[in-house]
Amino acid sequence: MVDAVLFEFLHTEMVAELWAHEADPDPGPGEQKMNLLVLESMGFRVGQALGERLPRETLALREELDVLKFLCKDLWVAVFQKQMDSLRTNHQGTYVLQDSSFPLLVRMASGLQYVEEAPKFLAFTCGLLRGTLSTLGIKSLVTASVAALPACRFQVVVQRS
Amino acid sequence: MAVCVAVIAKENYPLYIRSVPTENELKFHYMVHTSLDVVDEKISAMGKALVDQRELYLGLLYPTEDYKVYGYVTNSKVKFVMVVDSSNPALRDNEIRSMFRKLHNSYTDVMCNPFYNPGDRIQSRAFDSMVTSMMIQVC
Repeated sequence: MVDAVLFEFLHTEMVAELWAHEADPDPGPGEQKMNLLVLESMGFRVGQALGERLPRETLALREELDVLKFLCKDLWVAVFQKQMDSLRTNHQGTYVLQDSSFPLLVRMASGLQYVEEAPKFLAFTCGLLRGTLSTLGIKSLVTASVAALPACRFQVVVQRS
Repeated sequence: MAVCVAVIAKENYPLYIRSVPTENELKFHYMVHTSLDVVDEKISAMGKALVDQRELYLGLLYPTEDYKVYGYVTNSKVKFVMVVDSSNPALRDNEIRSMFRKLHNSYTDVMCNPFYNPGDRIQSRAFDSMVTSMMIQVC
């Protein structure tokens, strides 16, 4: 179980490092977005590799819903050692994944404190979901929102061209 | 044993293609290209039959008088095509499956390499040496 802790610490350091340079006199909202974009693209590359490695022998991913279920069960267990708590869909390409105690947020607070800082810690995971989906053939847009720590929800919107 | 090995991306362009450099290599490239149609047919046929357990290994795609062509598709729609010399009767299905499994494992390693951008040609020397070991093996 030591590897879970290693990833948590590494992730915390990644976020801290990117935000450590915000001591510039005029940060502006552009800087924030750059950092979030960097985190998200890191997660994307990791997700692409995971999407290749995890579903090794299972070819039962015929439909989109199967792929999402795979994300909620296998991917979440592999990365966070627990399954996603709920998956909802409107059957038209939007899926909402809810996690009532997200491991990367659970150590921070439980309640409303630090809600503004939470998006920074979710950007990498959004990218992770997007990368895995893209390797499995689904182009999507993933956003995350937090109402009260440590519960968070990820919204996946599939882009059909 | 294997005379030509090709890795083809989801969008049907080659990521890696290598053949034994004795004959007209263009012939092998052409065979791989025509086998892509057969692969697509097999994938779509499996989808319609509503088979619960789908296999990654597609089996013999089509035989010609000198060669046999085998296929394998991964979950990310990356296809592996292998052309094998027909004159070797001792080549069994299990061996072909194990060769594809090795290819899949090496491809996964290439994907996890941070210096590799998904979609580029595969230039990893480790992958090259694994393919060489599969091609040189003559029994």
